[in-house]
Amino acid sequence: MLEIKDLNVFYGSIHALQGVSFNVNEGEIVTLIGANGAGKSTTLRSVSGIVKAKSGEITFCGKKINSVPAHKIVRMGLSHVPEGRQIFPNLTVMENLMMGAYTRKDKNEIKSSLEEVMERFPRLGERSKQMAGTLSGGEQQMVAIGRGLMSKPSLLILDEPSMGLSPVLVDEIFSIIKKINQQGVTVLLVEQNAFMALQVANRAYVLETGRIIFSGKASDIQADPRVRQAYLGENDEEAS
Amino acid sequence: MENLADQIINGLQLGLMYALIALGYTMVYGVVKLINFAHGDVFMVGAFVGYFGFTQWGMSVPLAVLTAMVVCSALGVIIERIAYRPLRYAPKIAALISALGVSLFLEFFSSLKFVFGPNYRVVQRPFEEVHWNVLGLNITNIQVIVFVTVLIMLALLQFLIYRTKVGMAMRTVSVDHNAARLMGVNVDNTISMTFAIGSAFAAAGGVLYAIAYPQIHPFMGIMPGLKAFTAAVLGGIGIIPGAVLGAIIMGQVETLTSAFLSSQLRDAIAFFILILVLLVRPTGILGRNEPDKV
Repeated sequence: MLEIKDLNVFYGSIHALQGVSFNVNEGEIVTLIGANGAGKSTTLRSVSGIVKAKSGEITFCGKKINSVPAHKIVRMGLSHVPEGRQIFPNLTVMENLMMGAYTRKDKNEIKSSLEEVMERFPRLGERSKQMAGTLSGGEQQMVAIGRGLMSKPSLLILDEPSMGLSPVLVDEIFSIIKKINQQGVTVLLVEQNAFMALQVANRAYVLETGRIIFSGKASDIQADPRVRQAYLGENDEEAS
Repeated sequence: MENLADQIINGLQLGLMYALIALGYTMVYGVVKLINFAHGDVFMVGAFVGYFGFTQWGMSVPLAVLTAMVVCSALGVIIERIAYRPLRYAPKIAALISALGVSLFLEFFSSLKFVFGPNYRVVQRPFEEVHWNVLGLNITNIQVIVFVTVLIMLALLQFLIYRTKVGMAMRTVSVDHNAARLMGVNVDNTISMTFAIGSAFAAAGGVLYAIAYPQIHPFMGIMPGLKAFTAAVLGGIGIIPGAVLGAIIMGQVETLTSAFLSSQLRDAIAFFILILVLLVRPTGILGRNEPDKV
């Protein structure tokens, strides 16, 4: 479904992604894990067109999308829930969700998507008229994911969905991600919480300073001693 | 007392015209975080187009206003495309200098003989000014036209921004360009749209201004432009109701100063307010100090 080949991205003179290649198959949950600054978000941002790659190829559903502007990529069925949620605080919860359906025309279909989202996140229904900026962190994350689903994506990209949330909410968010996937949405997930990400993912890629250093089945990666030490906090006092 | 009430009505007329200009400053600031210093000159072009419309092209006043709005929308879009878009992600000072350049260009280009010419022109009103005495207040037909036009335009803007898809896109672009892009919003088009709307409002303000204070010239946009900018800052730059509130206050301050203190102090007091706001409450009356989000 999504295929990335030899992706190179620069921020000025900084070579942020150095030949990253990976793929996501239909129906999977794939996770990219790695430390801060490894290039996880940059990878996602180049997939959704916010950052332009210097070289390499990004193919989505058989189409090369390197030079497609970000606002058109959404229409192709790729939805990116950005890091830090980036909900629109000056819009109501309902308006935020409707922004997710910005590219869609059919009012009845939009309505049924909205009902699905409300069913998945009942709390958003209660707060639909409230300004999104007044919600708690967990609720804002639900708005962000709900908004991402409103475009009816075939591929949902989630960047750090558990950031800043309490452990209970982290569990809730991950079980939601799993359910979304079970209902037929392919998921590409970036997480610093590698432990949780590896629990839900089918496959994983480990990024380090702009390169992929390991890849494989999530269960294998989880068992790999090098990964355990570096990313799962085992024998590592600095782990956070 | 009656004189005071009359002056308040005069001030409201002036303030509502400032509001039409101030909205353009504040909307453009909202989406691109840029003070469009050429905005006062777009107002001037609007005044000229409207003037030609009802004096030389045989248009009715409403048609002249609409024509000026269309011409200035196009002008606003072109200005953004040529002078601001290439600098959008450059340091802010670059776009600001570019804006000042556009402003000077419009003023001096308009002064050329084959454009509008450098002279003051007296506007022949297409209708007579009529004075009415309503409950002891002196009201003119021009004031009624200004009030009605501005109220209709404010209602339209409110509808556009809070009830339409374009308006929703504008509100998202004002928060974060990239987040809006991820929703499928064409940010460039939305910014063009904002310039078009802001410029159309300034144009309508220009035509009304030319009818109310019937004299126009290529540099007529400077003072109302600066006053409207002050109004936008006073109300809270980027906040739409703030622009209207600030403009109404500015209109009152200006008119009451001329009527009861001295007309020479009028501009000095107006800009003293700007300095005071920047020193005491730079976010403006309706602005809030929002903490930076993580």
